[in-house]
Amino acid sequence: MQHAVQVMYVLSAALFVFSLKWMSAPATARRGVLAGEAGMLLAVVGTLLRHDVVNYQWIFIAFLIGSAIGVPLAYLMPMTAVPQRTALSHAFGALAAALVGAAEYYKHTPHGFIMGALVMETLLGFLTFTGSLMAFGKLQEILPTRPIVYRGQNVINLTLFAVAASFGVALVIHPEQTWMFPIFAGLSLLFGVLLIIPIGGADMPTVIALLNSYAGLSASAMGFALDNKLLIIAGALDGSSGFILSVIMCRAMNRSFTNVLFGAFGQVQVSAAQTAQRTVRSASPEEAAEILDSARRVIVVPGYGLAVAQAQHKLRELHDSLTRRGVDVQFAIHPVAGRMPGHMNVLLAEADVPYDRLHEMDEINSEFAQADVALVIGANDVCNPAARHDRSSPIYGMPILNVDHARTVMVIKRSLSPGFAGIDNELFYMDRTLMLFGDAKAFLASIVKELAAAAKAA
Amino acid sequence: MPFDESVLFVFMLAAFLGFELIRRVSPLLHTPLMSLTNAISAIAVVGAIVITGEAGATTLSKVLGFIAVTASTINLVSGYLITDRMLKMFKKRNGGR
Repeated sequence: MQHAVQVMYVLSAALFVFSLKWMSAPATARRGVLAGEAGMLLAVVGTLLRHDVVNYQWIFIAFLIGSAIGVPLAYLMPMTAVPQRTALSHAFGALAAALVGAAEYYKHTPHGFIMGALVMETLLGFLTFTGSLMAFGKLQEILPTRPIVYRGQNVINLTLFAVAASFGVALVIHPEQTWMFPIFAGLSLLFGVLLIIPIGGADMPTVIALLNSYAGLSASAMGFALDNKLLIIAGALDGSSGFILSVIMCRAMNRSFTNVLFGAFGQVQVSAAQTAQRTVRSASPEEAAEILDSARRVIVVPGYGLAVAQAQHKLRELHDSLTRRGVDVQFAIHPVAGRMPGHMNVLLAEADVPYDRLHEMDEINSEFAQADVALVIGANDVCNPAARHDRSSPIYGMPILNVDHARTVMVIKRSLSPGFAGIDNELFYMDRTLMLFGDAKAFLASIVKELAAAAKAA
Repeated sequence: MPFDESVLFVFMLAAFLGFELIRRVSPLLHTPLMSLTNAISAIAVVGAIVITGEAGATTLSKVLGFIAVTASTINLVSGYLITDRMLKMFKKRNGGR
């Protein structure tokens, strides 16, 4: 029987590998999910069959409660809330790893390598748990989304981490000193909170990816502690995935990890005041509809504001209406647009925008020069030309979408207030830019209505 | 338990394999990818089941294990379901995939 369990674990690990492999393209991605589910099922059934597992009652009750919460969480969450859900899910996974670590410790106070693995598992598990809850709070706007900063923050955080790590090392050397464990756990929990509160909403894509990586590494550490290779493999796959995504996000902002974690990006810039007197040109929905109607090529640049305004369906209607009238409409997606990697793609897919119209930055950037209109909806920093030439700008060096190369630029925005990062955007003051002030959803609806009226008149 | 260094090799190889697999994923699918790997990290359920169901588990182990099984079940159930829900929405122009 125990050999059968090992075989099931090996098959499960193989299915996880296939799952990620099939995830690489939309055509096979759903098969990937199926493989992942099968892998997880094998792992769970295999574990239930192990001879050391004898009491099933509490396990099944926990399965029922977990499913009763998990199913509605998956089906009732609107697509705009996917980043929050992901953060919450990271929190649950990490909590599980941390608690298993704690239980293992109290069970047989292990020594040496096993204890080292347990310490890693609980540290990463607990800090990912509270860190993910903070990220959830910020994304759900229960907590202020602006960075919470105070004097000496980095010193306090680093000191706290050093103290937590010292307790961890001390526990590895003297595992029998059980009084240290609750302190170690408490410090890890606290560190998770303090690590995330200074991080602003615009940096959430990197942070979520990083927390994803930690949750995986924590599971891997559990595998070391329990001598279970399936846990090591699944955890390592998850850990490397989160790590790659956070590197991609950092690169897309031209920033380093340290800068994201300790830079407290997003404080309002003093220089924003100087530009207040500059004038902008604004336009009505009728004028916007007219310009769009006479365009041949339109590139839409969506940002987090699109998700906030829940305007993705109206945007699809605009896309349909323009496409019917022979206008070529494409979408340009910046890697850090939104609050998690790929956020905009999911949002537009939900609204039935065909995914072959969604283009990555490198793919579409050269095409802005041939576009008649670039329509920016709820995006700001990702198309701020200051990133190219203004050395004093906090976003200097960040790769941006070349929106300013289009013949006409239209920006749908509530007001002229600076974007999330608090940086003024010179794009708004260009001669070829038209500001469309208003709620994105309402404004898009008016444009669609104008287009329909024009079609009838013609 | 004697230290078996083969676990370190397993970790190293799996991490490299992960890097190679993830690098190939189109940015289009980064959100579903993250929720899929998040669901896979719920593999912690394996450890949680053992802790909860072991012969001679203490009350503390049972309580911690019970919470851990619940938390990782939430993680894996919602993770897989929402990943599939998202992927169902990705369509090409002609309605194909």
